[in-house]
Amino acid sequence: MSTLTREETEALIQEVLAVYPEKAQKDRAKHLAANDVTLEQSKKCITSNRKSLPGVMTIRGCAYAGSKGVVWGPVKDMIHISHGPVGCGQYSRAGRRNYYVGITGINTFGTMNFTSDFQEKDIVFGGDKKLAKLITEVEQLFPLHKGISVQSECPIGLIGDDIEAVSKKGAKEINKPVVPVRCEGFRGVSQSLGHHIANDAVRDWVLGNRDGSTEFVSTPYDVTIIGDYNIGGDAWASRILLEEMGLRVIAQWSGDGTLAEMENTPKAKLNLLHCYRSMNYISRHMEEKYGIPYMEYNFFGPTKIAEALRNIASFFDDKIKEGAEKVIAKYQPMMQAVIDKYKPRLEGKKVMLYVGGLRPRHVIGAYEDLGMEVVGTGYEFAHGDDYDRTIKEMGDATLLYDDVTGFELEEFVKRINPDLVGSGIKEKYVFQKMGIPLRQMHSWDYSGPYHGYDGFAIFARDMDIAISSPTFKNLVPPWKKKPEAAAEQKAA
Amino acid sequence: MAKLRQAAIYGKGGIGKSTTTQNLVAALAEMGKKVMIVGCDPKADSTRLILHSKAQNSVMELAAEAGSVEDLELEDVLSVGFGGIKCVESGGPEPGVGCAGRGVITAINFLEEEGAYDEDLDFVFYDVLGDVVCGGFAMPIRENKAQEIYIVCSGEMMAMYAANNIAKGIVKYANSGGVRLAGLICNSRNTDREDELIMALAAKLGTQMIHFVPRDNAVQHAEIRRMTVIEYDPTHKQADQYRQLAKKIFENTKFVIPTPITMDELEELLMEFGIMEVEDTSIIGKTAAELAADAAAAA
Repeated sequence: MSTLTREETEALIQEVLAVYPEKAQKDRAKHLAANDVTLEQSKKCITSNRKSLPGVMTIRGCAYAGSKGVVWGPVKDMIHISHGPVGCGQYSRAGRRNYYVGITGINTFGTMNFTSDFQEKDIVFGGDKKLAKLITEVEQLFPLHKGISVQSECPIGLIGDDIEAVSKKGAKEINKPVVPVRCEGFRGVSQSLGHHIANDAVRDWVLGNRDGSTEFVSTPYDVTIIGDYNIGGDAWASRILLEEMGLRVIAQWSGDGTLAEMENTPKAKLNLLHCYRSMNYISRHMEEKYGIPYMEYNFFGPTKIAEALRNIASFFDDKIKEGAEKVIAKYQPMMQAVIDKYKPRLEGKKVMLYVGGLRPRHVIGAYEDLGMEVVGTGYEFAHGDDYDRTIKEMGDATLLYDDVTGFELEEFVKRINPDLVGSGIKEKYVFQKMGIPLRQMHSWDYSGPYHGYDGFAIFARDMDIAISSPTFKNLVPPWKKKPEAAAEQKAA
Repeated sequence: MAKLRQAAIYGKGGIGKSTTTQNLVAALAEMGKKVMIVGCDPKADSTRLILHSKAQNSVMELAAEAGSVEDLELEDVLSVGFGGIKCVESGGPEPGVGCAGRGVITAINFLEEEGAYDEDLDFVFYDVLGDVVCGGFAMPIRENKAQEIYIVCSGEMMAMYAANNIAKGIVKYANSGGVRLAGLICNSRNTDREDELIMALAAKLGTQMIHFVPRDNAVQHAEIRRMTVIEYDPTHKQADQYRQLAKKIFENTKFVIPTPITMDELEELLMEFGIMEVEDTSIIGKTAAELAADAAAAA
């Protein structure tokens, strides 16, 4: 049940679009829609993965962010060189809360920043020599690292450095993989192309490294977790469920992941794909090349988790199927207790989401488990196939917004007036100052995990903290204060 | 004290820009003018005839040695040669790596910040790499830099083609800044009716052929001694040619926004002067075998 009717939603879209000049209006209209659950394909209602309009305050990232920040960065025992000027690496360092175990600076490097720190002379004379030197120094200073990735910043593509040649030479010198990644920030329309480029680099420089090797002894129950970045420990909360049902998790991509795990992934029986957007490419590739099927799953909220566990089990024998039922039966009472505690306070509350790769649709089930309703959702950098999957998850006539602009999101929130917004740090204070609670759904607002059964308990608590907090009821922004009250305050 | 005039010399690669510029500047120095040459080419060979050196230490080379360009002082990069001519080379990478355009930008910014354009100077000449391949090589003609441009060319098709392309580039910057085309310098290759041809081209571009520099071996004789003709043999008639060019540039007031011509117009001009045959459109895209078949059919 949506609060707005289809007519109202469409009228709202038209009203918000009205402030734009004609050309921008025409462009943005394609990215906004009232959901129509009867559609099979989203392309009939919404356009995505197009260049953002200048001046609209998009919150998209760049290809470097997609590769270094998302896909490669969390691989913990590799050193990821931000190749180019210092800023890209420094301002993206440790920003995504990809938890990992290990001793930082010894055998894991997740929160450190390695950069070639380009100066004018490196632009003019080229940075290849510097990169070669950097690879040598990395090996000398951090001998326990397992490999290097070279994450290209914009200038690398502009000045035509041959990082592939340097990487090949470097790999020979240190006898470890060195992976060149052409993720220059200016490529593509968002971070999405960076995911794709990073996947291709994994395919070309990592995945086949142990082909033909029999060193790794596989079992019939080997699975991998693909596209879980272990934000606040998400992958750990997922992994224990798979293990409890009798499966063996042989790789985590890429949260708390290692290079060896990536190299051994082709030995798996099934790849479990959580973030479809950022890692569908490599999953498809493994299906084609190694015949490993992949399955998309959703570990947000008990309903979706139970569904996912049963679907995963269906790939295996009765032992695993029984295992899945046992896991579900074990956690169900705990989940019921969580729901009993929070649902009375959260029932009927409305949420609007605006996030990145999978959460705009994956978390809907978790909110519904708490009796809440998602009345609007949108992606920063989705493609058509993401919206295909979203249409069915959202209520009819709910609002869909792709690559939403600062203005549009503010107006939509003002008009729909949800009880909670789930988005990122750039939105957080805008909406909180409007008196609407916001939970960051990229970083879990420094909380988490939210995946798995353990995660749901934390998720429910966090949403309750935000919505039930008295803060926002008492918050009156200065411009809404009555003149007498303002005068009184001034006098005092 | 006259206002500082800044001029940039462009033209097809190998046409003789550096040699012409240095001889011209030597002649201006002889006239008592204070001149600076800024070489904007990674090859760094724009000042060798003035300094009698192989290649001057360039700004970028020295910056790379010192760590960064901020570590340099003006006197590190500025050399003084024949006739008190100040010489700077921007320098840049070896072919195939890095970004030579950025080198030019960095070097010119450095010269400005360090006050190389001091008030005593009468002229600054920028000797720029053949083609304006990117923004970096257009740096010398941006706002507050060179206001007048001379294109060195000859009566050969590609040299004229390049001159027309450069004129197109000038139009772009003429509209955003104040740069103007100041004339074509014909560096003769001894082709037929070369002077008339270049004058005709100049007319079409809306400018003038400011001087026709005849071909003379004295230039080469001086060059192997790393000298200008002005210095090597001041009495030679070729030295007078450069003196005339210098005088004409000194007195030049004809600065225009050029009117570049289309490829068709350029070809027409070349045909008019017999440099290009009238195009036979019936043979375009036909292989030798097809042409042979056609010939057989006709016979």
